[in-house]
Amino acid sequence: MRKVLFATCLGSMAAFATGSAVANDELIKMSQNPKDWVMPAGDYANTRYSKLNQITAANVSKLQVAWTFSTGVLRGHEGGPLIVGNMMYVHTPFPNKVYALDLSKENQIVWKYEPKQDPNVIPVMCCDTVNRGVAYGDGKIFLHQADTTLVALDAKTGKVEWSVKNGDPGKGATGTSAPLVVKDKVMIGISGGEFGVQCHVTAYDIKSGKQVWRAYSEGPDDQILVDPEKTTDLGKPIGKDSSLKTWQGDQWKIGGGCTWGWLSYDPSLNMVYYGSGNPSTWNPKQRPGDNKWSMTIFARNADTGMARWVYQMTPHDEWDYDGVNEMILSDQQLNGAERKLLTHFDRNGLAYTLDRTNGELLVAEKYDPKVNWTTGVDMNKSSPTYGRPKVVSQYSTEQTGEDKNTKGVCPAALGTKDEQPAAYSPDTQLFYVPTNHVCMDYEPFKVSYTAGQPYVGATLSMYPPPGESHMGNFIAWDNKTGKIIWSNKEQFSVWSGALATAGGVVFYGTLEGYLKAVDAKTGKELYKFKTPSGIIGNVTTYENGGRQYIAVLSGVGGWAGIGLAAGLTDPTAGLGAVGGYAALSNYTSLGGSLTVFALPQ
Amino acid sequence: MFRRVESMRRNTCHRIPRDKLLRTIWFVGAAMILVVSGGMTSAENASDPTAVKSEDGKYFDKDGNPTFKVAADGTVDWYTYSGYRRYHSECHVCHGPDGMGSTYAPALADSLKTMSYGDFVSVVASGRKNVSSSQENVMPALGDNPNVACYMDDLYIYLRARANDAVGRARPAKKEDKTDAYTQAENSCMSRK
Repeated sequence: MRKVLFATCLGSMAAFATGSAVANDELIKMSQNPKDWVMPAGDYANTRYSKLNQITAANVSKLQVAWTFSTGVLRGHEGGPLIVGNMMYVHTPFPNKVYALDLSKENQIVWKYEPKQDPNVIPVMCCDTVNRGVAYGDGKIFLHQADTTLVALDAKTGKVEWSVKNGDPGKGATGTSAPLVVKDKVMIGISGGEFGVQCHVTAYDIKSGKQVWRAYSEGPDDQILVDPEKTTDLGKPIGKDSSLKTWQGDQWKIGGGCTWGWLSYDPSLNMVYYGSGNPSTWNPKQRPGDNKWSMTIFARNADTGMARWVYQMTPHDEWDYDGVNEMILSDQQLNGAERKLLTHFDRNGLAYTLDRTNGELLVAEKYDPKVNWTTGVDMNKSSPTYGRPKVVSQYSTEQTGEDKNTKGVCPAALGTKDEQPAAYSPDTQLFYVPTNHVCMDYEPFKVSYTAGQPYVGATLSMYPPPGESHMGNFIAWDNKTGKIIWSNKEQFSVWSGALATAGGVVFYGTLEGYLKAVDAKTGKELYKFKTPSGIIGNVTTYENGGRQYIAVLSGVGGWAGIGLAAGLTDPTAGLGAVGGYAALSNYTSLGGSLTVFALPQ
Repeated sequence: MFRRVESMRRNTCHRIPRDKLLRTIWFVGAAMILVVSGGMTSAENASDPTAVKSEDGKYFDKDGNPTFKVAADGTVDWYTYSGYRRYHSECHVCHGPDGMGSTYAPALADSLKTMSYGDFVSVVASGRKNVSSSQENVMPALGDNPNVACYMDDLYIYLRARANDAVGRARPAKKEDKTDAYTQAENSCMSRK
């Protein structure tokens, strides 16, 4: 044990001393090569944009399937493959296999990694056994397994170089999110908001796996890595015990604030960005206070983890609107000035545009007109409630109270958007956003905490907004004005990450299993193909042997596979009603596969 | 851990203290596993769910197993209503809304057509693994979770009603009142740590 501690100190000292940015430089260079796709979102800015332009709005209708690959795993396939030179790395849900395919040798399997994990972790995963992908850096592939083991594999051979345990699945902590390599560190969050886990983001040394820093979402200042004077919230220092003051007693110890979304990084500012999830439990009465810093956007120094700024979007959550969705970094003109922006489409139905250098709030608008729990964010800088959403009493589950059913709240707990990442095209300066169009009834009640057992505390039922039957939209969004530019209806929630390309085409998948291509300017559908199963994966593009390819994982599941599999109910239909809306099970079935498209030669 | 643990109003359903209840559940569970492996599962399966007697708002069938009661005007017994709520907090994240199943967990509205009360209690309390090369289905052991264990009969009665099409997919609109006996039992089950 002493040896381990010593090595940890040494590891972090070495990291600070050398400031080794080798892996980082390599990654920045590789991410600028559009032939590769070396990080989960394609680049550090999480734009999911590619400069490849062989496939265009004019020729995409001729797209064909070039090759396919079965993962051999059922259940929900989120995320997407990485492409590094001639190698493609494909991951799966539990048991978390990784395949390395050689694209220059007809996609032969070069190596396969399959960890041995205790299957008891399966039911601890709240919403299917998903995994959102691997990261590459320093010649290694990093995987966060379901049982929270973070493992580094030799990218050439698949050999385990090191592994470290990031949490305790016995207490409900699990691994579902994709790591991000920044400089000489690999960063990773953790899941378990429905089990009362005190969640965190942790940076490990890429050479040794030794922990360098860990930042909790709630707790004392030294655990959440904030400086009461220098860390700011909407421009003001957050002060001492900013988190502890907003929880009753020691509830923060089982406070959630999980970090299962995506990480972004700005090399010029040396800051990492991510959001934290819901406070535990779902019963707001049981945890009075703002529950900071759940539901928060964090900007942290990549070397130390120290927070530069924070912004809590949904103080004292009453609806399970996790703030984990991706932070997309863009440099754009706003009101005549060049700004470094951060755009975030939150589960709560509001899209936020902030200045990512200092956390200044610039725009906060609904990106689905049906969002009704709030009338909007107070944008008056001199107001005591500046930056807070104005809650509509009728839809406040806190005000309606325990054991009472709050009806007709939009969006539902799965949010106007969940983890499925949006894309940003610098060509159109538009964001392409996969969305859910679902409302809910929500009834909170008291629950008691048992370590490792679900800690939920609310009953909910979900359905499309009154008078409508489609449960999703795919929209184009202007982050400067906070307006929808175009919106395509989808029968089901769009649970697939989008891809924008220099060819003027935007791609996304649907829960029925279609890969769709639409015109980036107008949203007009240009191509669709039905893959073997519903798509909850993210669309990727790469070039190999002079051809541009589009790749997507299908394999229905995830949270979408829970609520939609049997069809949602019509709450007004009364007794005996059979699913008033389309059941996904009539359209698709389980099965993981990768489908890769290209233009005919 | 929580401020009002002692005064929790709405918790539990059984008149036995929780530790005793859990022990009972485990014992029943162990006994029923033997029965299952003996191939006698169907004995109880087709049993008539009609309520023949009631005690403090809880209904029982002719074999003495808990069951639902739905009046002509759609009023459901308290247990069915309570089971609806507990199901949609604890169970639906895997088993889907209204017991309809998900892409990876079975539809309990179907399972309860052939699953006996004993089997149900056993599987919920002790869990079950169904892991093979083609699937990884694992039901956790929830016997230590008071949010489930204290509501075992509520869940069973609700799902039995679903399996028999006695209640539909929506929240039951009308319900019988919660009895004082239920409230007392709930408090004693849930407030024990």
